[in-house]
Amino acid sequence: MSNNNITCECGHVNPYGTEICEVCGKPLQGDLESKKLLNMRYEGSARRSQTYKTTIIDKIWNFFSSVKVGIWIIVLLLVASAIGTIFPQEMYIPPLSDPTVYYKEQYGVLGQLYYDLGFHNLYGSWWYMLLIAALGLSLIVASLDRFVPLYRSLKKQRVIRHESFMKRQKYFGKTEISHDSPDLSGIKQALENKRYNVKEENGHLFAEKNRFSRWGPYVNHIGLILFLIGGMLRFFPGMYVDEVLWLREGETEKIKGTEEAYYLKSDGFILETYDNEDEKFKDAIEESGQAVVAKNYQTDAVLYKQVGERVAGTDPELEKVKEHPIQVNKPLKFEGYAIYQVDYKLNELQKMSFTMDNKESGESIGDLTIDLYNPEKEYNLENGYSVEVMDYFPDFEFNDKGEPTTKSKVPNNPAFILNMISPEHPDGEVAFVAIKQNLEPLGENDYKMSFQNVDTKNVSGLVVRKDNTLWILAIGGAIFMIGVIQGMYWNHRRIWIRKGNDEMWLSCHTNKNWYGLKRELESITKETGLNMPLDQSEEKK
Amino acid sequence: MAQLSSNLLYVAFFIYFAASIVFAISLFGKKWRKSDEVTHSKKWGMWGFALSTVGFLFQLSYFITRWIAAGHAPVSNLFEFTTFFGMAMVFAFLIIYLIYKSNVIGVFAMPVAIIVIAYASVFPSDIQPLIPALQSNWLKIHVTTAALGEGILSISFAAGLVYLVKTVNQSKASKSTFWLEFVMYSLISTIAFVVLSLGFEAAGYSSTYQFVDQNEQQITVDYTLPAIAGPTDGQYVSGNEFGPLFEAPGWMKGEKAAHKLNTLIWSIFGGLILYGLVRLILRKRIGAAIQPALKNVNEELVDEIQYRAVAIGFPVFTLGALIFAMIWAQAAWTRFWGWDPKEVWALVTFLFYAAYLHLRLSRGWQGEKSAWLAVVGFVIIMLNLVVVNLVISGLHSYA
Repeated sequence: MSNNNITCECGHVNPYGTEICEVCGKPLQGDLESKKLLNMRYEGSARRSQTYKTTIIDKIWNFFSSVKVGIWIIVLLLVASAIGTIFPQEMYIPPLSDPTVYYKEQYGVLGQLYYDLGFHNLYGSWWYMLLIAALGLSLIVASLDRFVPLYRSLKKQRVIRHESFMKRQKYFGKTEISHDSPDLSGIKQALENKRYNVKEENGHLFAEKNRFSRWGPYVNHIGLILFLIGGMLRFFPGMYVDEVLWLREGETEKIKGTEEAYYLKSDGFILETYDNEDEKFKDAIEESGQAVVAKNYQTDAVLYKQVGERVAGTDPELEKVKEHPIQVNKPLKFEGYAIYQVDYKLNELQKMSFTMDNKESGESIGDLTIDLYNPEKEYNLENGYSVEVMDYFPDFEFNDKGEPTTKSKVPNNPAFILNMISPEHPDGEVAFVAIKQNLEPLGENDYKMSFQNVDTKNVSGLVVRKDNTLWILAIGGAIFMIGVIQGMYWNHRRIWIRKGNDEMWLSCHTNKNWYGLKRELESITKETGLNMPLDQSEEKK
Repeated sequence: MAQLSSNLLYVAFFIYFAASIVFAISLFGKKWRKSDEVTHSKKWGMWGFALSTVGFLFQLSYFITRWIAAGHAPVSNLFEFTTFFGMAMVFAFLIIYLIYKSNVIGVFAMPVAIIVIAYASVFPSDIQPLIPALQSNWLKIHVTTAALGEGILSISFAAGLVYLVKTVNQSKASKSTFWLEFVMYSLISTIAFVVLSLGFEAAGYSSTYQFVDQNEQQITVDYTLPAIAGPTDGQYVSGNEFGPLFEAPGWMKGEKAAHKLNTLIWSIFGGLILYGLVRLILRKRIGAAIQPALKNVNEELVDEIQYRAVAIGFPVFTLGALIFAMIWAQAAWTRFWGWDPKEVWALVTFLFYAAYLHLRLSRGWQGEKSAWLAVVGFVIIMLNLVVVNLVISGLHSYA
């Protein structure tokens, strides 16, 4: 394309697509007379998207470089995100409910429609991902498309500008030179007092300030791109660990996700509640209608690290690393991992005790205690009496066919089929024993199991997390904030002053906050005696 | 201390009221102008600014004393958050006033702040104990920064409203006049809602209904406004006997659906009556009635203020409502982002103002278009405050 370069009358060779000469500022394209004001965007430097329009790559590039397209992507994301909050997302409906019926049951016809359209899982849907990907692409392409020309135009600001460049700025003014005219050094001083960097060349002045703010948009776009990359890395293995750990008081468990290197022990779970009679909070607790308001959930945890190789069949050798009470908002942190307090179960059944009684005499033969997490096969009561555990249902219920079964491995509702062996019945008598239930499925028995008591423990619901993407997200967020402040809280302003034989010209440009520039000009012109430049865009009205 | 605190808030409220009137005089008070226009507006503007500052100091004292009384930053429930949001608006207005010395922004911004604070008063104002998730330093950091960002962005709404009232052609009815009146009506219906709620509460109104929900559980609801729309298949239990005039349709499910519908009906009709009264007195659109007073307002300046408020508020909002929020969510909920409705609406707000900035800076949307965007932005902020807290249930529904 080099043969398409444009040579300005000042002799400078501009790249193809340039609108305003890079050196002298003379407009290169279009009918000079019909265009009253110059388009100062990127100083008329050639933008790829405005220049190349033929190949398919050009077309894709041009599509994503368009701010209009970018805004459409933002608006579509905005609307889609909002739709996702009308009814709860699938991840927030009660854990055991079936989404195929839940939405209809809870929200009627609209709920059904919501589910059918796939909005119940909106933020993970392929089209939402595609929108975010499009946003990322648009950020990259649009930034590159504009970064290069902006860099070209700002790299070396020229002091002397072509007459037609000056005349075609939004604010332009002339002051006739007479004996009491302001001199350049006074003007220079006035500009420097407003913290402008002033350059002088052949009686021309160029004052500029806050140029760095022009880079704000690019900096914040880089931050956003980093943030999106960080979010994407989550899907790579090893970057992200998310495990649930239920830990009973007094027990030590392997921490899942740490490759068996770490173990956690609970020295106890504490639930504290606010005092309902507390003068300060009494009214609010009463108003809330809740019996108690939680004050603290806490697991007193001890972290252990495994030492040496673990030999199969033996207990690992553990070394204490640290003690830390895990509370909401205060996770236990170690080596990139964090363990959070998220849930609890109070008084979970641990052990059940029974006695074996002779029904007729009421005499107790002996007692046994069953560890609900680890029941033995047989309990020997001596003198020819023993109890055999034939079947165990930790979380008992009858299934569709009326057979006993268990819902989970957690002893929420333990039930046993026990075989009571006695000298009279060496083959045993079968009893079905559950909480408040004692059935004799195979006919009348001579012996029965009587429930004595239960042992309970508190259980902590913990979550193990490791997120290696956090630092990228943090850097991305920080860069975004720096960029957005850089771009929003400062404004790039430029003033050109051209001294001729009998007139002094002043024109200026800013890419935003014209009002501020105008006020600055008012003060400068008042001080120096220059005429206040006129807003040429207003004259048209 | 708690009593002192709430008294300070009352005082602040009335001083804000006075400040609004003084700002209005700086603009409207043609008849008793003794001096020329510029001096008159300067003098009264200065008084308005002084009063706003004093009111702000009183509200700040409310905030500090309540903090001492509660032992935690008073931004933990809807009453506290909404009053703080009002205070943030006033604070943002004071800063913008120092930059631009514009009285007319005060005429619009102060009443909006007053309506916001009045709206807060319908929520229970008892000092609440902090649940474990809220016990963090990020409570004060995240919530105050987010509210401050929203407060600054709200100034762009006030400025946008000024621009529209000044420039929309009121000589004939159009889409613009309709929507502008709709904004006025919305503000008025908020006032109506507050007045009705406080009125019925003062009269001790309450009636209780029972119904069986879709999970076959017996639910009891207390109506503090007379029941126009009762729960589906609901039974009157006790309290004041009135209505319901009809039952909420069966497809409106959820524990409080009928109750919310009832509140909405009261607000809409209360607003219509109040709006009707105002129209009867004015005998023209509210926008048309205010317009002449804005004759001398520099619309370019107002447009600039509107943009500037977004330019200042957007980074503050991003920091408070997204970045600080993510840091806290990572500590409290184990993940920095979880698509909770409030999180999503913070994102929606962020995206909206991002679109605004691109439209304005790259596509040249200034003046009326930009002003309408500022109005929509405020609507999103209010949706986030009202609907997302009260209608959509999520992790942020604390009140």
